[in-house]
Amino acid sequence: MDFLSNLALGFATATSFANLGFCLIGVILGTLVGVLPGIGATATIAMLLPITFQLEPVSSLIMLAGIYYGAQYGGSTTAILINMPGESSSAVTAIDGYQLARRGKAGTALAVAALGSFFAGSVSTFLVAIFAPPLTVVALKFGAAEYFSLMVLGLVSSVALAHGSILKALAMVVLGLLLGLVGTDIYSGTPRFIMGIREYADGLNFVAVAVGVFGIAEILRNLESEQTREVMKTNVRNLWPSREDFKRMVAPVLRGTALGSALGILPGGGAILASFASYTVEKRISKNPQEFGRGAIEGVAGPESANNAGAQTSFIPLLTLGIPANPVMALMVGAMIIQGIVPGPNVATEQPALFWGIIASMWIGNLMLIVLNLPLIGLWVKLLTVPYYVLFPIIMAFCSIGVYSVRSNVYDLYAVAAFGLLGYVMLKLRCEPAPLLLGFVLGPLLEENLRRAMILSRGDPATFATRPISAGLLLLSLVVLIVVFLPQVRKKRDEVFVEDN
Amino acid sequence: MKTEIDKGDAIAGILFILAGLFFAYQSLGMELGTSLRMGPGYFPLVLAGVLILLGVTVMVKAVRNEAEPIGPLAIRGILLILPAPIFFGLTVRGLGFVVSLFLTALIAAFASRKMKPHYAVLLAVLVTIFSTLVFSYALGLPFQRFGPWLRF
Repeated sequence: MDFLSNLALGFATATSFANLGFCLIGVILGTLVGVLPGIGATATIAMLLPITFQLEPVSSLIMLAGIYYGAQYGGSTTAILINMPGESSSAVTAIDGYQLARRGKAGTALAVAALGSFFAGSVSTFLVAIFAPPLTVVALKFGAAEYFSLMVLGLVSSVALAHGSILKALAMVVLGLLLGLVGTDIYSGTPRFIMGIREYADGLNFVAVAVGVFGIAEILRNLESEQTREVMKTNVRNLWPSREDFKRMVAPVLRGTALGSALGILPGGGAILASFASYTVEKRISKNPQEFGRGAIEGVAGPESANNAGAQTSFIPLLTLGIPANPVMALMVGAMIIQGIVPGPNVATEQPALFWGIIASMWIGNLMLIVLNLPLIGLWVKLLTVPYYVLFPIIMAFCSIGVYSVRSNVYDLYAVAAFGLLGYVMLKLRCEPAPLLLGFVLGPLLEENLRRAMILSRGDPATFATRPISAGLLLLSLVVLIVVFLPQVRKKRDEVFVEDN
Repeated sequence: MKTEIDKGDAIAGILFILAGLFFAYQSLGMELGTSLRMGPGYFPLVLAGVLILLGVTVMVKAVRNEAEPIGPLAIRGILLILPAPIFFGLTVRGLGFVVSLFLTALIAAFASRKMKPHYAVLLAVLVTIFSTLVFSYALGLPFQRFGPWLRF
């Protein structure tokens, strides 16, 4: 069977000595940034991107992917132990996980989270392996109009999944698109919006923008009110869940995996939505919903599985279409382009070792994470006590090195400061940075495909509506937009996101 | 019923409008082209128009029953964190990687009120040693370790 030989090739690639090593480095780094405050996976990957220039393409992507799902694991550890989600997708875990920890069941909560995540990660890795190849076949039929419509759908869903005001999220997308257009116009060679600074003629550096709006803005927010983080002096020894706990977690884990896998494919940040959705589902169908919020195992098992499954399946749009589903995937696109790989449907056929190697490494990475997380939990807990003021000079130093080494352009460092300020101001005004970054990445692609589609159709905009796939995608975007603006859905959505605070 | 103005939304709306106006003004200075062959100014002009519209809507919606406060600003952070990468950019070629990085980390370290001077120096030294070993020696990134400003 094709599928099995492909997987075998993937495992052969991923288990090479060097790749195992990079996978390990990736998941350790990921867990570390997930546990440490004030720096998330997006900023870390952005900073480390330049370092991966020196590596083989497979190794670099394996390591970056490891950081991404490692951070999901680390984020849940802080969510459970100190009620502070390290990653936004583990915000839901904090609700019941922290309550469990307060009742002295921190060990159980951590184990349930890790086991649930591992199960979900394994299943969804297989799903990626099964569904990615047929999708690449569909994707090969995509023309400019379809790509344009697909990106519109991606941007619209990133708005729907953003916290807070939909209007502001929409405005952030548009602002991101405009910022993405800064630089030389590819058709006419006209420099656009660079205000006479020739160093920006190649466009604003993506790494600088990502580090600025995600990393620096977050540091500034943490500096507003410096409090010491209180770590629970709790017993994290009783790790293995009891038979009773196992019984209670099976069904939520299965449901969470299914929900997460489906929602993760959605462009725009499915992993976060998946954990919220899973929590809502578990609460609704539970026989004793009053337990939720007071330490229900189901409230940890379901969302944790869902967010991990979503994190894995969000690789599907990237690997098959070359369209990033969230800011981290956007960085992976950047990494691929730097390595000379054009992300898209051709990756699977032209670079089978790379394609299947990444997929296989996800499963290996998940296995490493469970081995790392459960026995070493004491070490991660110690790391929680690292005071914040020690961290950010280190982060600032690495940011500066990382951004500068991308293309040795000092103007990129000025852009970091500018986008740090912009990101912080936007944060204060409660505007989400994720839609902005997604818009920034997709801006040039969106414009290029729009122009190409219009030339191909001889200036007839009906082309977007008459080509069936394109029409379907646009219709879906419209439905998503209408749904998020419906009064009932809006109310529900507000409720879901409020639980996060 | 009491109406208040949500400052956050009002400012956000104004910023979106200003950004839209900037991009629109710049786009008008470029060739717009037709919808068949779009010029460099076409797509940005459309987007800028949408941004202005969204900004106006956000601003109108700022007037409502309850306003959320903006909260404290990290002034000290802004004054010390943001200059750090700028300083690195200004001096990395002149002073070289090692000295420039040390000073960058030192500047950033003082953004926290809790940082004590001798810890800051120690931390900056450690960061510099670690980074020089990893980035310059192990990964071989092409940095000049000591720049021309330090040569006599």
